[in-house]
Amino acid sequence: MSLAPKLAFRNLFHDRLRLIATVIGIVFSIVLVTVQMGLYVSFERMVTVMIDHADADLWIVPRGTKCFEDPSLLDERERFRALSVAGVASAAPLVIGFAQWRTPSGGNTPIFMIGSDPRGAGLEPWNVVEGRADALAIPGAVAIDRSYFDRLETTRVGEYAEIGDQRVQVLAITNGIRSFTTTPYVFSSIERARAYTGTAANKASYFLVRVTPGANVMQVRDSLRARLPDTEVLTTAEFRERSANFWMFGTGAGFALFAGAMLGLIVGTVIVAQTLYSSTKDHLNEFATLRAIGSSGGYIHKVIIFQALLSALIGFCLASVIGWIVVLATADTALPVVITPLMTAALLVLTVLMCVVSAVAAIMKVTRIDPAMVFTR
Amino acid sequence: MTEPVIEAIDAVKFLGEGAGRVQALKGVSLAVGGGELTLLMGPSGSGKTTLLSILGCMLTPTSGTVRVGGRATADAGPEELAKIRRENIGFVFQSYHLFPTLNALDNVRLALDVRGENSHRAMQKSKEALARVGLALKMASYPSELSGGEQQRVAIARAIVSNPAILLADEPTAALDSENGHAIMEVLAEIAREQSRGVLVVTHDPRIVPFSDRIVSIEDGKIIGDKRPADGEARADKSGTAAAERTDKPSRKDRKRKP
Ligand SMILES: Nc1ncnc2c1ncn2[C@@H]1O[C@H](COP(=O)(O)OP(=O)(O)O)[C@@H](O)[C@H]1O
Ligand SMILES: [Mg+2]
Repeated sequence: MSLAPKLAFRNLFHDRLRLIATVIGIVFSIVLVTVQMGLYVSFERMVTVMIDHADADLWIVPRGTKCFEDPSLLDERERFRALSVAGVASAAPLVIGFAQWRTPSGGNTPIFMIGSDPRGAGLEPWNVVEGRADALAIPGAVAIDRSYFDRLETTRVGEYAEIGDQRVQVLAITNGIRSFTTTPYVFSSIERARAYTGTAANKASYFLVRVTPGANVMQVRDSLRARLPDTEVLTTAEFRERSANFWMFGTGAGFALFAGAMLGLIVGTVIVAQTLYSSTKDHLNEFATLRAIGSSGGYIHKVIIFQALLSALIGFCLASVIGWIVVLATADTALPVVITPLMTAALLVLTVLMCVVSAVAAIMKVTRIDPAMVFTR
Repeated sequence: MTEPVIEAIDAVKFLGEGAGRVQALKGVSLAVGGGELTLLMGPSGSGKTTLLSILGCMLTPTSGTVRVGGRATADAGPEELAKIRRENIGFVFQSYHLFPTLNALDNVRLALDVRGENSHRAMQKSKEALARVGLALKMASYPSELSGGEQQRVAIARAIVSNPAILLADEPTAALDSENGHAIMEVLAEIAREQSRGVLVVTHDPRIVPFSDRIVSIEDGKIIGDKRPADGEARADKSGTAAAERTDKPSRKDRKRKP
């Protein structure tokens, strides 16, 4: 085996303190990037969670809708028009909007209602862990999520509360349907949601269109657009993208996360470049000796790159451990940090890239090395 | 002497910049061949190291020619010079320049590794080289666990393991006591004779004179003497004090035979 990796390894471990500094730099940087990326993924998932779980091929939305949580209203007439378009199998109304939840102890807390027809296509609660989703057909039934037990002061199926002065009973409990806005989602039938949010009986927030089997979704979309000029008709993917873009970039949240990640990378690169450079300077005598005994520039670069890669690997492993701790620690919070396999791979590539870029300064230093210095030292 | 292995012709070297600019070599011609041990002697600051660096393709002369194996090195860049060193020259330094984080065997192997040799055979060669300098039992020792003399032996093993045509040593015994210095010189002399390698040793240590086949004297950047002491005479003169001063006459090599 070539001695270059061994030399790199020994150089690295020769100065423990510097190695620790290097690794801390990498870990700090990669954990920061992980958290930012994890929040980004989590945030993106969260802002589109309703769209992802709705039973729709196409969404008929009020003109100018920016995201799912941007309620304005459509008229039922549009729904009937939509139903007359060839290829439309169903168009289920969905009502969303803010309402007030009155806790059993008498406190008030804002909630976000989602009402759809429990018998038709729409947006039913998923991940039901207690009770049943189809119980929402019972008048006054609602579904809440476990994560809002504290806020809603309700912890069991069968408990009563009030929404806008009307008595409701919790008949289903879900797990993990969480809003990034921290306002709890509450599911009910569409009629009740209209009542709680003060929406007229002939109005709805969205119409969720299913196309007939075999129909071309894009063609149906285009026909609907022609037929319903006062609305917008979007495929699920289009609505999803619009919603995500609005939250990520319309609000600056995405930019903040991106800037945080960049900052992490820059700080990490600077720290690693600095320690690698000073390590190279300390071992300059050895690199000059290598050069003197006839080593090519490439061989010396290999040693430095190995040092960088080794640091990257150590840093990445430690950062992964910390990353997982962060994931576990935030799993039950409003905005959990999510790490996907793709992200892990991307982070590894990023770490390696960061360390190799950091090696450039060191490599430039040894490239200018004068082998004759070995005679005078 | 057969064909010279390395040769400097009218080498001039300026070192430093501005007010500190010094003409370290003022037109030096020297050819070193295989199979003999040549001493390059002269007072401190006379240009010995500079000449060795130029012969060893570590420095390029300001003017003049350097030939290695008959090939001129004038247009070679740093990478090509490294290649010339790799293929022809072994170096031994006053301060050993071993890698403190590698053991003796790896220090020697490194010389082959930079040449792209890292097979089992390279390991074998490295062990042989260490055995030849008398360190068969210290292969796993780190430089810090070795005496100065032993460290210099490792350095010699590293220099010869790649089987270079010539070995250049800059004051290899200067950091050693006389006993160890003596032993190192014996090793170097043996290498010159048994392996028919050229060995050029820079020194201002007269104790070394008895080991030499040829003594070149340099002063103030110019060669002022080049002689071959008769074998018996040199060997007898163990104190070696005056040897360096007794400049040439009979056996002076005609280095100017080539243009
Ligand atoms: N890098 C340098 N810059 C300027 N002058 C130098 C440099 N290296 C050596 N010199 C000068 O060149 C002359 C020859 O040096 P050197 O070859 O090292 O002598 P020696 O090895 O015989 O002691 C000396 O006067 C020395 O001061
Ligand atoms: Mg010198």
